[in-house]
Amino acid sequence: MTVRIDQDRCIGSGQCVLAAPDVFDQSDDDGTGLVLSAEPSAGLLPGVRHAVERCPAQAVTLEE
Amino acid sequence: MTEAAVCPVHQERDHPLHPPVGFPEAVGDGPVRMLWPNSVEAWIVSSYAGVRQVLSDPRFSTRKGGQPEMRTDAGETVLDPDQPGNINGIDGPEHMRLRRPLSRGFMVKRMNELRPRIQQIVDEHLDVMEAKGAPADLVTSLCLPLPSLVIAELLGVPPEHQELFQATAGDLFGKNGSKDEYLAHATRLAEVLAPIVAEKKAAGTNDDMIGLMANDTDFSMDELIFLCIGLLAAGHETTSNFLGLFTLHLFEKPDQLAILQRDPSRADVVVEELLRYTVGQLGGSGLIRRATEDVEVDGVLIRAGEWVSVSLMANLDEALCPRAEELDLERDAVSHLGFGFGPHQCLGANLARAELQIGLRSLFERFPGLRPAVPVTELRYRNDMITYGAAEIPVVW
Repeated sequence: MTVRIDQDRCIGSGQCVLAAPDVFDQSDDDGTGLVLSAEPSAGLLPGVRHAVERCPAQAVTLEE
Repeated sequence: MTEAAVCPVHQERDHPLHPPVGFPEAVGDGPVRMLWPNSVEAWIVSSYAGVRQVLSDPRFSTRKGGQPEMRTDAGETVLDPDQPGNINGIDGPEHMRLRRPLSRGFMVKRMNELRPRIQQIVDEHLDVMEAKGAPADLVTSLCLPLPSLVIAELLGVPPEHQELFQATAGDLFGKNGSKDEYLAHATRLAEVLAPIVAEKKAAGTNDDMIGLMANDTDFSMDELIFLCIGLLAAGHETTSNFLGLFTLHLFEKPDQLAILQRDPSRADVVVEELLRYTVGQLGGSGLIRRATEDVEVDGVLIRAGEWVSVSLMANLDEALCPRAEELDLERDAVSHLGFGFGPHQCLGANLARAELQIGLRSLFERFPGLRPAVPVTELRYRNDMITYGAAEIPVVW
């Protein structure tokens, strides 16, 4: 399981932070998404999947 | 090419909180071609998957010029497609250059830091409403001042200009004015904004949004001014209408209001469902894109050069959630399209969420018996604006 954010696509909407605040943050420099935990525990995966689904820039991926 | 149907592109509703008459039936079975009031033809896409596709596929451009629109009686395009800083009219890397620094200003953590101040503004306005006594107009008591004060503070606009901004922002969104009137309003705002921007640039500060844009970016003066106008206008009109519409939906559905009142700490999830449902029920045509290549959407081939309007009625598509046509405040948050989708998704979404959550929760906590003084169907609604909402909401408690 690996969580990634495609930095070229990311628009800094912060939707991933709302969906899974323990896994994602936003950069203070430009607001783009940061992965805090690239291999999150099973309990955090529903939030990560929600982040993948709601990311408006389709920049968040979860390789299972 | 199939012949375009004459579209119910209008704002006539048989119930003020339901979609325009005939619109759901006309667009429900997939992309249809419609003729707009300004005689331009466009596809209307209204499925959940189709809307997500159109709004996120880079083969659909957001660049405007000659698009279908309802803005003026004459069908004039009021905005120059080359207007610097028109963030909704550019694609790709050019758009990213403007979007990213602005996203920084609306980051989730910044919005969370702002929550105590939002709560304070809400409380002060509810205090005044309570002191004056019932009946009160919810629109002028809370819905309009809340977002307008917050966006002005976030931008760093001095309070003495706020009344002007509120009045002019309303005019900017009016669709019945001429192009000249629109430009006059924009010019007036620009004249007030220019010295404020220049001052912050000279001071080198970045502790508010204007300072951040003026000093931490490569934006030109023309871009800065137009972006400020856009942020002020968007901050004034949209959230205020939605706070009013949410309240009206809850007045019409007491069983749903009871769910919020039972557990106000769920205001965040409740607001997501209200966003999904309210935006879906507004229905109608909405965000405009243009195909730059031939693209298939929902089984229909959209040719390069053709216009597409996406209807956020897609929020009522069963593909998004079961019983999508029902408001269900017990539902977990779903990936709705209330703020749009794709790279142009509403920049102020996280601010709007904070305002709507705090505003709605506080309103019904302060006035548990809040109810409309006039039936919801008999209120005056503003059909003359691009954004739709109640002009006034008389309430008692």
